[in-house]
Amino acid sequence: MLKRTPLYSIHKKLNAKIVPFAGFEMPLSYDSILREALYTRKKVSCFDVSHMGEIEIRGKDALSFLSYLVSSDPSKMRDNHVQYAMLLNENGGIVDDLLIYKFPDRYFLVVNAVNTEKDYEFLLRHKRGDVEIYNIGEKIAQIAVQGPLSEEHLRETMDLHLSDLKFYRFKEVEYNGIPLLISRTGYTGEDGFEIYTEKASAEVIWNDVFKGEIKPAGLGARDILRLEMGYPLYGHEHSESITPIEAGLKRFLKTKDRFIGRKRILRQIKDGIEKKLIAFYTEEKGSIPRGKMKIYAEDEIGYVTSGSFSPTLGYSIGMGYVDAEFDGEEIYIEIRGKKREFKLCSLPFVKKTSLKKK
Amino acid sequence: MEVREGLYYTKEHEWIKVEGSTGIVGITDYAQEELGDIAYIDLPETGKEVKKNEKICDIESVKAVSEIYSPVSGKIIEVNSELEDSPEKINESPYDTWIVKIEIRNEKEIENLMDKKKYEEYLNTL
Repeated sequence: MLKRTPLYSIHKKLNAKIVPFAGFEMPLSYDSILREALYTRKKVSCFDVSHMGEIEIRGKDALSFLSYLVSSDPSKMRDNHVQYAMLLNENGGIVDDLLIYKFPDRYFLVVNAVNTEKDYEFLLRHKRGDVEIYNIGEKIAQIAVQGPLSEEHLRETMDLHLSDLKFYRFKEVEYNGIPLLISRTGYTGEDGFEIYTEKASAEVIWNDVFKGEIKPAGLGARDILRLEMGYPLYGHEHSESITPIEAGLKRFLKTKDRFIGRKRILRQIKDGIEKKLIAFYTEEKGSIPRGKMKIYAEDEIGYVTSGSFSPTLGYSIGMGYVDAEFDGEEIYIEIRGKKREFKLCSLPFVKKTSLKKK
Repeated sequence: MEVREGLYYTKEHEWIKVEGSTGIVGITDYAQEELGDIAYIDLPETGKEVKKNEKICDIESVKAVSEIYSPVSGKIIEVNSELEDSPEKINESPYDTWIVKIEIRNEKEIENLMDKKKYEEYLNTL
């Protein structure tokens, strides 16, 4: 039985195309995936991302417990900070990627919907010291407001003043008696906010957000927007057999402290890796890379993890893993029975956005 | 969901308009809606012979690759090359955007296709 977010009936009223995703019935698009992606880059869109999981960690030893299991260094966070991290296993593989929110008395983790149960059990299994772990996803709804006009939009429609809220910071506000947690974060590469609220208030908040120029955007647009920025997605670029080094995410990795999987990761830093993530594009029409397609140089060297037509750039883009020793500038992907050339490039694919990293 | 009078339909959601011995082929409103944003259509070469229900070409939407099947047997005599640059026209107006024209070999094959009413009934079963 698929679950529904508290905004399901709103999506139905908006005529969304609903698809199963991570155990939920989610809106894929309301109108056109490409138009929704472009509108987010140009103006402002709202996304129902209530399927995301939330886990709370409390207790005297919460920091040391969390530090041991994630790639990042949560000891550097002050209250109201948000940090991107990867949850790692004993082999340094990526169990999930997540956001950590630091409160005075607890940590709040936001995880991928598909992994919520797995992460919760993983955390329970590694529990040590004075730590309490709560899976609170069922109680929380999340609405992402993304796009260059996000700040202005929330001021005009909800009288929320967020100009002081910096990138990867959050604050708690009371809106008409409803407690909200708002962070300047997102998965689109545009300026924007993620708003968390109790499930019962989700419709009220959505209806107040959903005024004026804003348009709804679905998972299809969200996937394209994240790919255009080169952001990884669990099950595509991330898996339990891939390490942050292979995924090209060394910058999110502490190396000094003791943490799970550290041995393998340090060895990879020292001795090198076997596969690496690459980004590629082609301007040839109709050459759209898709997940699991094989990548060739002279021989087969890897596979595609994500690919799409990019509406912002007007051509096809993709990411994938190849043998680490590969140092060419072109690869080939077999599409409709023919090997087609793609050029390698750096990430992000879309370089100029409204993202305010300060 | 629009279904247009005067066209014949397949279960795979192609439409064909018969003008003399020429069949003009496209995909239905239901098909474009199901596919979502069409990003590319791999138009076949003219002169290609196709059998009824045989693949004419691939059509790629943002989310998936799909196939277009021929409603009748015959020779492809023209392709809509405008779609190379603007495949989204199929999304915008599926019944005014033809994909290929086929010289129909056997007119009897048309009789096995659905008319507007039958296709609407068929859509209701999906």
